[in-house]
Amino acid sequence: MQKVIEVKNLTKKFKELTAVNNLDLNVYSGDIFGFLGPNGAGKSTTIRMLTTLINPSSGTIKIFDKPLKQKRNEILRKVGAIVEKPDFYGYLSAYKNLEILGQISGCDTSNKRIMEILETVGLEKRAKSKVKTFSHGMKQRLGLGQALLHDPELIILDEPTTGLDPQGMKEIRELIIYLAKEKQKTIFLSSHILAEVELVANRMIIINKGATVVEGMVQDLLNASQLKVSFEIDEIEKAKILLAETQWKKKIESFGDYQILFLLEKEEISPLNKFLVEQGIGVHSIVPKRSLEEYFLHLTEKGA
Amino acid sequence: MYTLVKIELYKIFRKWRTSIGFAAIGVLVPVIQIAMYFQGEHYLQFITRNFSDNFVFVGNLLNGYLIAYFILGSLTIHIPFLIALVAGDLLAGEATAGTYRMLITRPVSRIKLVSAKFIAGLIYTNLLVLWLAVISLGVGIMIFGIGELIVFKDAIIIFAQNDILWRFAFAYAFAALSMSVVCSLGFLFSSLVENAIGPIVTTMTVIIIFTIFSAINIDFFRTIKPYLFTNYLSTWHLVFDDPVNYDEIIKNCLVLTGHILGFFGITLFLFKRKDILT
Ligand SMILES: Nc1ncnc2c1ncn2[C@@H]1O[C@H](COP(=O)(O)OP(=O)(O)OP(=O)(O)O)[C@@H](O)[C@H]1O
Ligand SMILES: [Mg+2]
Repeated sequence: MQKVIEVKNLTKKFKELTAVNNLDLNVYSGDIFGFLGPNGAGKSTTIRMLTTLINPSSGTIKIFDKPLKQKRNEILRKVGAIVEKPDFYGYLSAYKNLEILGQISGCDTSNKRIMEILETVGLEKRAKSKVKTFSHGMKQRLGLGQALLHDPELIILDEPTTGLDPQGMKEIRELIIYLAKEKQKTIFLSSHILAEVELVANRMIIINKGATVVEGMVQDLLNASQLKVSFEIDEIEKAKILLAETQWKKKIESFGDYQILFLLEKEEISPLNKFLVEQGIGVHSIVPKRSLEEYFLHLTEKGA
Repeated sequence: MYTLVKIELYKIFRKWRTSIGFAAIGVLVPVIQIAMYFQGEHYLQFITRNFSDNFVFVGNLLNGYLIAYFILGSLTIHIPFLIALVAGDLLAGEATAGTYRMLITRPVSRIKLVSAKFIAGLIYTNLLVLWLAVISLGVGIMIFGIGELIVFKDAIIIFAQNDILWRFAFAYAFAALSMSVVCSLGFLFSSLVENAIGPIVTTMTVIIIFTIFSAINIDFFRTIKPYLFTNYLSTWHLVFDDPVNYDEIIKNCLVLTGHILGFFGITLFLFKRKDILT
């Protein structure tokens, strides 16, 4: 498979602070690549280097098998990006912002193309509104539009769902999957929410304090870990007694008023559900609660 | 490149601060003209008092030309401020707005982007001076009519009616060149920071301090005076000499152009390597 991004020994220092520390990563053609890390891990700093906003202190970046430093324009013609929060010329309309950015990129800025992009991100009705009248979520959508404008092969998204409502998050997720599956785009998706990446990405890297914690296929990484799962049930007291006599007892993390929190392997969810139902206990919902923090904890516990 | 400049101009002229420049001149100049309309004779008597015993002035001395000449001389701080207002915002404004991230990630080199911005800034500067010319000369002539231009320097010089317009044409051209230096300086400061206030204040501070230095008649300041660019900003004055000292004018123009290229060169050099952190 063709490498789209190849980063080697990438380091960025801000005075004494090392924001990105000897980072290696590889993104392959067709990947939806999850780039995970808690706040301040160095995600945006890495993305700024990938988009030539800042210069690496050391290390190399190759995109489409070409050195970014030397072939910047050639490479960026095929890259669309959202870097941190989406900011536009507030005194211009959404349409005009896209038109200007498209003209600078030298791509198709016909009315048809721009309206098509605005429709893709659900802003066609606000095309003529000034961006300063937009909500954060709407700017986020326009940011995505701007990244897609020149039909790039590689799309770099820095936390594209922050500030979106659940419906908006879902739409973006679906758009990302559509772009990767139907349009053969490669997606580099940064996030600090593991659950979000888990839903779309095929490969991922987790970084902390600028350095790699773990890297690999999403399936392999997450299947090896236990999940916190919340079972919402109707008869808590009855369940407590029943569970106390079974092997499930050891898996209980805590009791709530209407739910029990278990720590489970993925394969155990279904048998546990079956057990509860067979005992006549109504199960209203099963919600996995895997967070990046817990996954970290799990990794470090495993390591120790 | 043409497209980039067009886009930058569009951005400049869609911003409020740009209209401030044109509005300020559009208001300030007529106010001066109206004041001159009512008080001008006093002013004329005052400046001719030393000569009026020996000369008899005839004709319409308080005419559009004199007013335009007077205005050009009295706006030496205001116009640079209006230039700095826009020039200081050209790059820093993108930082404040966060739009650098959209702009600098396009497949166009930074050199090109910065050059386009700079050219757009120069076009604004020249248009503003042109606007000043149109208002002060055009409206001035409409109100006061034309006549001979009387200029008081070391000596009193009177230019015949048909010997004036070309001098103004050159005067405004030199004023535009001088203001382009102010624009380049504002632009340089603008590339260094993330907010437009800093570059505007710094540009004005430099101009004011240099102007003060130039005016101090102490040996030390006299020695450095030739090295202060503000000293050359009033080159336009030289076309109202008789005879005109062309060598001096050419030298000044070279100095001014050198400053423009110098400031712009430093901007390019610094911006090419700059980490965009906003
Ligand atoms: N301009 C700067 N000057 C100094 N330090 C900086 C600068 N920008 C970022 N940092 C530091 O670099 C580290 C990484 O920041 P970065 O913005 O890359 O994190 P992130 O992973 O994107 O976090 P978040 O999820 O909050 O967006 C942080 O410790 C931050 O304080
Ligand atoms: Mg970030």
